[in-house]
Amino acid sequence: MVSTTILPLRLENAVVRKRGKLIIDAISLTFEPTGMTIVMGPNGAGKTTLLRLIHGLERPRSGRVSWNCSADDAQSRQAFVFQTPIMMRRSVLDNIAYPLTVRGSSKSEARKQAADWAINVGLGDALQLEAANLSGGERQKLAIARALIGKPDILFLDEPTTNLDGKSTREIEAILQSAHSSGTRMIMTTHDIGQARRLATEVVFLNKGRLCEHSTAEVFFEGPHSDAARAYLNGEILE
Amino acid sequence: MNDIWLGLLNAFKLILSFDADLFEIVLLSLQVTLSAVLIASLIGLPLGALLAVNRFRFRRAAIALLNSLMGLPPVVVGLIVYILFSRSGPLGVFGLLFTPTAMIIAQVIIITPLIASIAHQALRDLWSEYHDLLISLNTSKRQRMMTLIWDSRRSLLTASLAGFGRAIGEVGAIMIVGGNIDHVTRVLTTAIALETGKGDFALALGLGFILIGLAIAVNMAIHALSRTERTGQW
Repeated sequence: MVSTTILPLRLENAVVRKRGKLIIDAISLTFEPTGMTIVMGPNGAGKTTLLRLIHGLERPRSGRVSWNCSADDAQSRQAFVFQTPIMMRRSVLDNIAYPLTVRGSSKSEARKQAADWAINVGLGDALQLEAANLSGGERQKLAIARALIGKPDILFLDEPTTNLDGKSTREIEAILQSAHSSGTRMIMTTHDIGQARRLATEVVFLNKGRLCEHSTAEVFFEGPHSDAARAYLNGEILE
Repeated sequence: MNDIWLGLLNAFKLILSFDADLFEIVLLSLQVTLSAVLIASLIGLPLGALLAVNRFRFRRAAIALLNSLMGLPPVVVGLIVYILFSRSGPLGVFGLLFTPTAMIIAQVIIITPLIASIAHQALRDLWSEYHDLLISLNTSKRQRMMTLIWDSRRSLLTASLAGFGRAIGEVGAIMIVGGNIDHVTRVLTTAIALETGKGDFALALGLGFILIGLAIAVNMAIHALSRTERTGQW
């Protein structure tokens, strides 16, 4: 195991603007080294942009994102699962092995580990298939295996089960639970309140680019502090 | 029509007679053009990847220039190479004028922009697909370029074959820098031009059909080797 962790992660007054539009409005947050954070909020609240900002895919217009280590070190110890999984034009096995080969592992070693990960996520029968031929659920499992093979300290997931049926969602949640219990820090967005209840240890609630609430899962689901979060949980439509 | 039938007949006769001169010409055509395609691909494919992955100040201008160089007039290229390699020219000491090497150099100049430009198009599309993933995985610029080139190898084959198509049928530049010297720099296209000039249309046409057949054969062989259209969707 790694002795030092890249967490806690601190956001200080982070602002993101895209084409003149304010997407993230002065958010300050601290993510502690353990837990499963679920980021919730209506469409356009800034959930995806918050994840991309933390991961370094977006630059803050002002404010700071700081890890407990150098930016270079942090970059190599995190992974991101996108809402629409990116399938490389390769076999399932080579897709999963790719992050290891990028880091300089030998091809045979990378493929050996990739085969283990493919079996872990239930793609053991599809190793030699072209990734483009996978179904939606299988693509997402491949993306998760590809993210976890590099043993990241922290894993970001952007609505990984949107558009998937109940069975695939349950399987993916099980994979995430097991990665979480083996010590991977996770930050995930979702629209599915049931899923948030099942997985969250803490919840970050956003609305219109602002941080409305950051509390433990119990507090959030039993008695949220903010009106917006209460309304959202009651199934009201936030304007 | 009669001339064309006569030409076809002539082509078959030439092939079936195993004419030694003909084989020499065909072999040199292939040797010059395939060398040029190989060298131009080694330059053009990474150049296309570089333009797809890198953001620099004159990127748009560079791409526009590359696209316009696709239409480079071969006669002008031939003339410039001729001047550079002529005995009094700056590269005259190498003594390369009227050799197959000079012909390869001229063809490389003609087809490199074509290959780079088509490659850039394909790689740019794949880059927009892979962008977030490759940034997220903290890849180096070199790794990004290699990944893009490897994963779009089938489209890049088309780029190289387009270069082959342009080079194998090219006559203006290699006529000037090669000189169409019998047994030294005579290739199919320059031989055709010569026979046409002499008025031997039947022989010229026969050579022409052999040239077309050669181009088709090379394309088919490469497609068969690379198994395009067999597996997957690319």
